[in-house]
Amino acid sequence: MSTKPAPDDNAAPPMPRPAGVTSLAYLVLGVLFGITLTKSEVLSWFRIQEMFRFQSPRMYLIIASAIAVAAVSIALIRKLGVKTISGEPITIPPKSMGLGVRYAMGGTIFGFGWALVGACPGPLFALVGNGLTVMVAAIISGLVGTWLYGFLRPRLPH
Amino acid sequence: MTPWSGETNAHASGLGSKQRYILSDFEMQSTLAAFASGPWPWYIAGPVIGLFVPALLIVGNRMFGVSSSLRHLCSAVLPGRVEHFRYNWKLAGLWNLLFVAGTGLGGFIASQWGAPHNIEISEQTRLALMNLGIHDFSGLAPREIFTWSMLLTFKGFVSVILGGFLVGFGTAYAGGCTSGHAISGLADLQLPSLVAVIGFFAGGLIATYFLLPLVLL
Repeated sequence: MSTKPAPDDNAAPPMPRPAGVTSLAYLVLGVLFGITLTKSEVLSWFRIQEMFRFQSPRMYLIIASAIAVAAVSIALIRKLGVKTISGEPITIPPKSMGLGVRYAMGGTIFGFGWALVGACPGPLFALVGNGLTVMVAAIISGLVGTWLYGFLRPRLPH
Repeated sequence: MTPWSGETNAHASGLGSKQRYILSDFEMQSTLAAFASGPWPWYIAGPVIGLFVPALLIVGNRMFGVSSSLRHLCSAVLPGRVEHFRYNWKLAGLWNLLFVAGTGLGGFIASQWGAPHNIEISEQTRLALMNLGIHDFSGLAPREIFTWSMLLTFKGFVSVILGGFLVGFGTAYAGGCTSGHAISGLADLQLPSLVAVIGFFAGGLIATYFLLPLVLL
């Protein structure tokens, strides 16, 4: 192990490298997620426009019901003390608010990009799989953006 | 197999005659076909997306979120001397990279099912977009913008390159995207995620109503 991630970061804490079966499970869940993004049409630029123009409740109903199912699941996991497959306790680290600037500013900047490219990160990957290969350029550009944030991070308000 | 072989199966497996009206193969296949070829209604799509949160927690204590994959890729490819990227990406993020690789593959698999169809957006949206010069409503995104040949035009560049850049910078700054903040974070009642999601929509609305007309017209 080399250096540790910075203390205020929201990335998952380092854990033992997934064994073969667990790795396969992440890949399979990813495949199911790609299928879900495609069949639900949330990866479509047209659906994103319809959402931001408030001309159909569809996207809002999808997001709201996803949050509801996830919230109930988390509550059940906590209440029943569900453990991971390998028997570890499940923990969800709280995000630190700090000044809140990173969430407001970063969120707004992401919002600009979301409306322009018409997709958030998950859908960008699913769109490439759907044959919209030009989104590879959007992903590479997103990597440049992520890298620039890392570079500027010591000078940005958080 | 005949369409009614379900009945025969019921007998063959020793089930009583009352159980012969279980779904026949034919009915089962047409239900599956509809599920595979058509778009899912919101009440299927939303809950299925929500289930990725407990699934990832149970598989390996991982919080559902996609944008971290961009950070892990930076860390893997070009960490440089940037503190933010100097960590063991294999330990922290290999799972995330496998997940997004699967997401691309899943998109490909789903694209092979059923005939291609247009996204049935509302008539108002269609008119609003026609006023912005969009005329091709086939496919998942307008071909007038999202093709390699349009990439170096003004609208192609701003949509794909600038849009992608802002997605990458913004999600890294905010520490999450739609999956990490809007779904995982809100489901866990995290206040920072609410601030971020308000930002997502503030930015999205400004871009839709003020930037997009400048970009597309």
